Amino acid sequence: MSITSEDLSLAQNLVAGFQARGAARVEAAILQPADTLLDLYGEDIRARAYTTADPLRGEQMLRPDFTVPVVQMHMQASAMPARYTYVGPVFRRQEMDETRAHEYLQAGYEVFDTDRAAADAEVLAAIIDALGPAAGAVVIGDLGVLMSAVQALPTSDARKNALSRHLWRPKRFETLLARFCGDSNMSASHAALLSPDWQPSEAEQIGKRQLSEIEARRKRLLEDRDTPSLPPETAQRFEDLLKISGRPHAALKDLRALGAKMPGLDQALDRFRARLDAFEAAGIDLSALAFDASHGRDSMEYYDGFVFSVFGKNADRFAAPLATGGRYDALTTALGGGQDIPAVGGVVRPSDLREALSHD
Amino acid sequence: MIKLGVPSKGRLMEKTFEWFAERGVQLSRAGRDREYAGTVSGAKGVELVFLSAGEIPRELAAGRIHLGVTGSDLVQEKIVNWQARVEALAHMGFGHADLILAVPDFWEDVVRIEDLDAVSADFRARHGHRLRIATKYHRLVREYLRDQGVANYQLVDSQGATEGTIKQETAEAIADITSTGETLRANHLRVLEDAVIHQSQACLFKSNQSEMTDQEAGDLKELLKTLGL
Repeated sequence: MSITSEDLSLAQNLVAGFQARGAARVEAAILQPADTLLDLYGEDIRARAYTTADPLRGEQMLRPDFTVPVVQMHMQASAMPARYTYVGPVFRRQEMDETRAHEYLQAGYEVFDTDRAAADAEVLAAIIDALGPAAGAVVIGDLGVLMSAVQALPTSDARKNALSRHLWRPKRFETLLARFCGDSNMSASHAALLSPDWQPSEAEQIGKRQLSEIEARRKRLLEDRDTPSLPPETAQRFEDLLKISGRPHAALKDLRALGAKMPGLDQALDRFRARLDAFEAAGIDLSALAFDASHGRDSMEYYDGFVFSVFGKNADRFAAPLATGGRYDALTTALGGGQDIPAVGGVVRPSDLREALSHD
Repeated sequence: MIKLGVPSKGRLMEKTFEWFAERGVQLSRAGRDREYAGTVSGAKGVELVFLSAGEIPRELAAGRIHLGVTGSDLVQEKIVNWQARVEALAHMGFGHADLILAVPDFWEDVVRIEDLDAVSADFRARHGHRLRIATKYHRLVREYLRDQGVANYQLVDSQGATEGTIKQETAEAIADITSTGETLRANHLRVLEDAVIHQSQACLFKSNQSEMTDQEAGDLKELLKTLGL
């Protein structure tokens, strides 16, 4: 499954199409500093990317995607709005599914624009257009809805932050939420530590983490112990929220109905509504779209708003999507040292697209 | 010939020999101590291949040996998609060791794996880098931590004296094999209550990657029958 010359010429056509929409073509180095990628994606990236050791430049990774180098490039030029397109091989270790390619082409389209709804629509329209007759089912999601629901919970910032941090790890998220609803208590395994007459351990204090950090954590645990539990129905509400799926406007109606019982969703749902309007304005056929509230939750913690996957027309339900994408405002904020730079993008896999087209 | 890979020395070799002998197959190392040749009686068409326990997974995965005795931890760490490449025929009941996570004993706030997760976020904010876990079991530890939803950590490689890395400040926690825990205590470390990553023991593995003639397939079937498998 190596990259063929047909894949390459199809990829060039895709890029030409994105350029016709006003995108500037950019190139990125194949070797990327591992530090930045590890900082953004965590240790999990090591299981997915190839790492090389360079005695002068330190640890390098074969680029697992273009997003980070493209964002960095944008930071240097930094004119808004901006559109970029690129094409080239990316490299992924495939330890879970060995049948998947470990070196394949990606052709992408990224938009940096403060009008979020219009930019979301522009990217989705560009990707669907690029897939042409191969484009089938489109699944969309919105992690912003989930985040808003967490931020609106009547609880401490510490608890909200813990939940937000684990939005992409469903199992941990559910455990935490159940605990915050009074299901179990963190203080059970910390009885001695939390007792008023606690004295620091006499064990030797080794390593970089200091006693003061343990005392600070103790203080937080005490605060957490005194934080009232969330209403018991909260966990069920999240479960209901994550199950919402269907045609976009029907799903929006379900979300609004749930919003009556779950405060804090209004603004996120207004944005969702504005995005659907932008889709229609961009000529996207809403009847081809299916919303799934949990879509994007099992991907790398990267996308934090609108997310989408476009499947092949005749693909079976287990097939990998031909194209994926989404909004990654938090990533640009992290890479830009706190600057707010709204960004959304999508990538097509030309080899899969060529195969899908050849089956028609 | 059916190639059976066995550990080339020490207790693991002796225990392997005992296990086979109890089932009617005598294995022995022929000649002088330095010679790595063996004899098999009680089964026909079987040849012994002496290897270090750490090499046996690689040889099984490559199909260069048909059967091999080694620790389940080594197989799961060293063979990508191990279930597809080898099959565990028998848990042999010796060579027990747990792969565990340990932290400094004075970290009284870190008792369970979820504490490590909570602390790792704070540690990163305070020290500017992710909490480091020293280990040589990268795959097992990473998969375990992903399952548990722990994110803000980094693995650092340690091929020996892992218990010392925390005092040297090259790591904040360790993941290592322990059978008694004495070394941990001597190094002021404590095992997390619920963080047993893998319970390892010696197993007899069969390679799914090796080609066999009809004769070899017949001999293997006979051998497994003799062993009661």
